[in-house]
This record gives sequence, C-alpha cells and structure tokens, in this order.
Amino acid sequence: MFAFIIRRILQAVVVMLVISLVVFAIQKEFGDPVRDLVGERVTPEERQQIADKMGLNDPFFFQYARFVKNAVTKGDLGRSFLYNKPNLEVIINHAPATIELVLGTALIIMVLSLPLGVYCALKPRSWLSRFTMSFSTLGVSMPVFLTAILLIYLFAVHWRILPSYGRGETVDLFGNGIWMTGLLTIDGLKHLILPCISLSTLMLPLFIRLIRSEMMEVLETEYIKYAWAKGLSPRRVWLVHAFKNTLLPVITVFGVQIGIMFAFTLLTELVFQWPGMGFMFLEAVNRADLSLLIAYLVVVAALFVVVNTVVDILYGFINPTVRIAGTK
Amino acid sequence: MKKLLLIVLGIFMVVSFAASAGAKTFKMGLDADPVSLDPQVQLSGGMLQLSHWVFDPLVRWTQDMDFEPRLATSWERLDDLTMRFHLRKGVKFHSGNTFTAKDVKWSFDRMRKSVDFKGLLEPFDGCYIVDDYTVDIKTKKAYPLVLNMATYFFAMDSEFYTGTDENGQPKDAILKIGESFALNNASGTGPFIVTNRQHNVVLEMKRFADYWDTNSPGNVTEFILSPIKENATRVAALLSGGVDWISPVPPQDFARIQSDDEVKLVNINGGRIITFQMNPNRVEAFKDVRVRQAIVHAVNNEGIVKQIMKGTATVAAQQGPKGYLGYKETLTPRYDLAKAKALMKEAGYENGFEITMMAPNNRYVNDAKIAEATAQMLGRIGIKVNLKTMPKAQYWNEFDARAADMMMIGWHSDTEDSGNFSEFLMMCPNAETGYGQYNSGYCNPRVDELTIAAQSETDVEKRTAMLQEIEQILYDDAAFVPFHWQNHSYGVKKNVRAQPVINAQNFPYIGDLVIE
Repeated sequence: MFAFIIRRILQAVVVMLVISLVVFAIQKEFGDPVRDLVGERVTPEERQQIADKMGLNDPFFFQYARFVKNAVTKGDLGRSFLYNKPNLEVIINHAPATIELVLGTALIIMVLSLPLGVYCALKPRSWLSRFTMSFSTLGVSMPVFLTAILLIYLFAVHWRILPSYGRGETVDLFGNGIWMTGLLTIDGLKHLILPCISLSTLMLPLFIRLIRSEMMEVLETEYIKYAWAKGLSPRRVWLVHAFKNTLLPVITVFGVQIGIMFAFTLLTELVFQWPGMGFMFLEAVNRADLSLLIAYLVVVAALFVVVNTVVDILYGFINPTVRIAGTK
Repeated sequence: MKKLLLIVLGIFMVVSFAASAGAKTFKMGLDADPVSLDPQVQLSGGMLQLSHWVFDPLVRWTQDMDFEPRLATSWERLDDLTMRFHLRKGVKFHSGNTFTAKDVKWSFDRMRKSVDFKGLLEPFDGCYIVDDYTVDIKTKKAYPLVLNMATYFFAMDSEFYTGTDENGQPKDAILKIGESFALNNASGTGPFIVTNRQHNVVLEMKRFADYWDTNSPGNVTEFILSPIKENATRVAALLSGGVDWISPVPPQDFARIQSDDEVKLVNINGGRIITFQMNPNRVEAFKDVRVRQAIVHAVNNEGIVKQIMKGTATVAAQQGPKGYLGYKETLTPRYDLAKAKALMKEAGYENGFEITMMAPNNRYVNDAKIAEATAQMLGRIGIKVNLKTMPKAQYWNEFDARAADMMMIGWHSDTEDSGNFSEFLMMCPNAETGYGQYNSGYCNPRVDELTIAAQSETDVEKRTAMLQEIEQILYDDAAFVPFHWQNHSYGVKKNVRAQPVINAQNFPYIGDLVIE
C-alpha cells in the first residue's frame, strides 16, 4: 500500500509539472492580462512597466522556475490578476460552491440511478423501464447548456418557483470565512436544485444504463443460477447476491465520473452564475488571468490523482480478489 | 378558531407591510461588477458607475448633456487658466468626517498619480485651496473642457485614506496588483455605503443616512448588485423577478422583454461609436480615397442597425453623436452599392482584391456579427475578406500590432467632447505625444492641426467650427468606416422609474432612483 501511494504521488508531481509547463509555454496565446487591468488611455510604455512589475516580461523558463520554486518552498501558487488575491485563496474560496454542486448532483444520481437501474434490469419489459430507457437517451443527447436554459425558463421564468441564478443565502460553515455553505439555508437549497438537476442529466442516464447492463449480466452468471437452484428468495438473490457484484464496476466508474463532473460544472456554473471553480476558470480564461489558470490546473491535477487513488483503495476493500499493484 | 387565525394573519400582514414600506431593496444584475472599491485605480465604465453610487463628483452630467452641481454648488472662470469652484457645506463622508476643500485637493493630487487617469489630467496645472469651501483649478494652457473633467473629480475622504494599513503600506497606495487599503475600503460622500463585497459574486450597499442631498427623490435603502455574465441568465433573472434591473440587454431579447407584462425596456442614446479602420500602410489600395469611399458606400450600416442591433443603435456617419460640439447635421449615411462599384472601377480595382480583417467577439454589442456582415458586404464590391474574430483579451495586442488590414474599434469620448475621438483615433500616430494611439495609419496634417487648436480654444463658436471641419474632412476622406453609436439599454421592472436616472454616459444615478 505504501509503495502504491508513493508511486501515485510521484505520478501526480510529474503530471503537475507537465501541465504547468505547457500552460507557461502557451501563455502568450491567451492574451495580455495587463490590458484588463488598465483603461484604454494608458500608453503602451506604461503597460510595459506594469507587465515588468508583474514579471510577465521575464523569459519563460525564468518565470517557470520562479513559479516552481515558490510552489515548492512556500506553497505559493502565485497571485491572481483578476481577483487580486493569492491564487490558492481564490481557488479555496470558490471550491465550496462547486463541491456542493457536485455533491448534490451525486446524491441525485445515486438516489435515482440505483433503483431505476436495478428495476430496468429486473423488469425490462415494463412500461416504466421502457420510459426510463428512452428518456435517458434524450438526457444523454441534450447538451447541458440547453437543459439548463430550459429548466430556468420553466421553473424560474414561467412557474416562478425556483430562483434562476447564484447561490442565494449562504452561511459560514466553520466560522472562519472559508466555507460558505448554501446547504443550511432554505434559500441556499432552493438555489441548488436547478443547477444540480441540469448537471445530473448528463451522468444520470449513463449510470442507469450501466447499472442495468451490469445487473443483467450478473443475473446470467452461474452463481446466481445456483442461488436460484438453492431456492433462495428472489429478494435475497437480487439484492444480496446480484446487486452487490453489480456495484463493483459502478463504483469505479462513479469515482472517475465524479472527477469528470468537476470539469462539466463549467457550463452549468456559467449558465446559473454559480460562483464555483468552473465559473472562476472561465473568467480566468476570458480575462487572460494566466497566473490563476496555471494554479487552478495544478490543483485540479492534484485533485484528480487523489480521487483516483482513493477509489482504487476503496475498490480493494470492496473486492478482496483485486489486489492493488504494489502490495503483496 | 378559523376567524382568530385570520385576524392574527391579518395583523401580521399589516405589521410586516408597514415595516417594509420604508425599506426598498433594489437588485441589479450587470454583466460585471466593479473591479475594486478604489475609484482612481482603473478608468472603466464599471468603476465610474460605482463612483457615482459611493462617491460624488464636483459636477455631473444631466440627461441633456449639461452640468448639474454636486459637491460644487457653483463655479466661475477667473481667467483663461483658472476655474473657481465653490463647494457644498455640511457634507459628511461615510466615516463621519466633514467634506472640505482639502479633500478635493487630496483626491485631485492622488488622481494625477494614477496611470489610468494621468493622461486625462495632462492639461491641468493643479488644484489650489482658497479657503475651506473654495478651490481654484488651474490648467497649463487655456482649456475648454474643465467642467467636463470636473465630472471625474470624485472626492475621497482624505483623513480616512491617510496613514498606513496593517502591512505598513500607505492606505492610499494606488495598486493594480497587490493588497491595498483603498482597494477594499471606501469612504465617500455618496448615497450608498458598501456593506459587503465579494468580487464576482455580490456587492451590497445600504443608503447613507447622512447623505447631503436631502432633495433627492431616491428611495432605495438597500442596493444589491450581482454580476450575471451570461446574457440568457441575466434576462431570465429579470423575467423571473430575481432582479429589478439588468444591463446590458442583449438585442435578441428586446422583443421578449417588451412583450412581458411586468418588465419594460428603457433605452437612451449613448456616445460609443463603432468603426472599422483601414490600414494604408498594409494595403496600397487604401491610400486611394476612392477605394475608401467605395468601402464606406458598400457598407449598409442602416441595415446592420436594423437587423443585427434590432434598432438599439443610432446610425452614424461621423465620430461624435448629436449633442457633441462637432456634430454636423449634413453628414449622413452613405450606403449606395452601385456607387461603390463605380468607385472601385474608377480606382482601377474592378476585379477587387483580398484583405484581412479582425474584430473582437466579446467587447462591443454583437461585434463579431457586425464584422461578419461587413465582410459579406465588401464581398459584393469584389473585396475578398479573411475575417478573424477573437476575445478582447487577445484582440488588443493584435490591434497594437496592427495585425490586419481592417480592424474594428469602438470609442467613447472620456470627455464627452468631439476632440477626444480624433486625438485617439484619427490624428497621425505619434509614439512621443501619444496621439493617434488607436489609429491604424490614416494621417492628415490638417486634422492634427485642427484637433490641437481645438484643445485650447475656449470660444465655443470657434471651437464648434473647428470640430465640425474635422468631421467634414474625415467624411470626405472616408477616413474610417462608421457604423453606429451604441445605445444603452436597460431591462427594468415596471415599478422602477429608470427613465429619470439614466444618461448617455451609462452611469445610472441609483441614489436618485424611485421604486414605486
């Protein structure tokens, strides 16, 4: 286990170094961040002076070395031009919004996909199964952007039962200003509903289909036939014997998809003006805030590696026959 | 029992209604929120809007382009170089300090140190205190735009910003990057006090109880500004009742807002001109006035205003809009395809030629669509256009490098004066003086001469003649391709009386806003 974790950390470091190097190398293509900081009247010379002060005119390897040095020695990922705060602080301030959005979505997916998927596998010919399957095709093929706008127009503009943008009322979870949560206020929860639904439309059909096909496959296996032959109750065969084994691949996919979901929050957050990391990322791209971009990508790379590692470890616990590489 | 419940409910409703009658919360959704709380660190529309809410200028623009006294109650010209301002008495800052002449001088001096503003303040010699409620503002040469500039002189609380913050840095440091007290704290004399600010999420303000302007009809007690970037979301926020006011309104949603029972659309003419410049240093043909005329004649800018802008712009044929000194009634739009073709033939380009064109895609209203339409229109006179559009973060560096044969630029005159357009867009580019900073290469010495002369001409009649002559020359020379002046559009709830507080500068005076 120890060797496995060490290897994963090393992988993560390499990934982060490569990503930051790539962004540094192409940073000129993003545009000029100084333009966004000054009015149109400011002369080119004065803009150059500001760029000099910000260190943007240094040779690219020099800038890169400085970034790595600060990151390694001080844990300092630089300063955002747009927010005028340390990048890490900006990212941490935006993380709770995204995490809550993803949590809410994951909850919707779990609560709906498990029973629906299992039901569709057990009763493939019932009208509910047919409806679920055809509806899920629709969900997969509709872009999140469109779903979100449709939801806003129906629930916010037409029926006026849910708010259309932002996080609503938030409260400070730990009393230190880091985690502003919308989960503890009615208003905050109301604001969470539409973004979560629109984000879940992407993954929910996938999981229903995945669970359904896995379950159907498991139901055909020898040991299930054996269980039937033993005369076990259908309840026991389905829920204990079949369902548990269905879950294994589902959990792996879930782990990966949660990571991917963080990436997909981009569009949802944009449409709902959700002040999370995806929104922050888009702002950084639009305003050429390269410093924040690099820091964000490095943090995301780290996060991905952590999530995948945790999933791999969990997998090992659930299925003892799978041994993690590196352990004896 | 039921009756009792009804009575209790009734009483509760009356009480809560009475409590809310005095308090009016106003929610505004804009495409972006102000970048900081320091009115002097960045010269941008968003910062100036905020300045009008939290601070007060010496004078401000009225809807009909006149000056309205704010912190200055009256003013008089002492000589060619000096303007004397008499200041309002009994004005308090948010901090409780009393406003006096020293605050005006302090703010003026600080503004001169700001990279963004020092260009605007170039013509000024200084601000001199006469007594506690009188200042003299002197210019280096005779300068006709002192009052126009006084709309920028917002008074900051000099005592509040004096001293050092916890990092040992002066509180009034003007910083683009880094922490500074002034970036995050504000004390002005304006109608609203900032109570909470989360950049890119929300800006909350409440009405300043000791606001000096007791004649203001404004009844907004709480003012919440949310940036809503996405056009569709911003419109939905208004239609769903989430906000009371949105701006800008995307042209494609005008009909939707106009047809709604609870919201309305309010428009006012603005002063931002949208143009394409032709670079004669890159394309030999652009040196020929006939070719330039052909291009201007080929562009159907009236059609663009109707189709792409949905009528929310005023068709232009010159730089400054109506109401500016240089505006000349006789200069009218010139779309005429047959004439354009004839001009091309006359210039020997009947077979056309190929050019490159660049435009931003997130800077001006429908900028990329306008560029596409233009490219297509030029195709009709045989000019093949290779168009590239890009986000503004990338566009301005391309513009600086004059990277295409035709480039789009919009301009709003900082001084609300015609001369400013020529200084930046049409004077011969000169790195030393900074004139023509956004000119693609058109150069006419007469335009330079007139523009410079107009800068120090205080006789309005003579000045008007000069500025009009400039417009005429540029028209005859087809120096640029004019499109339109963008209107400012606001979508507001029906109970919000927006009309009286808006202006051509797009600085809605929310302090005076009445909500019914």
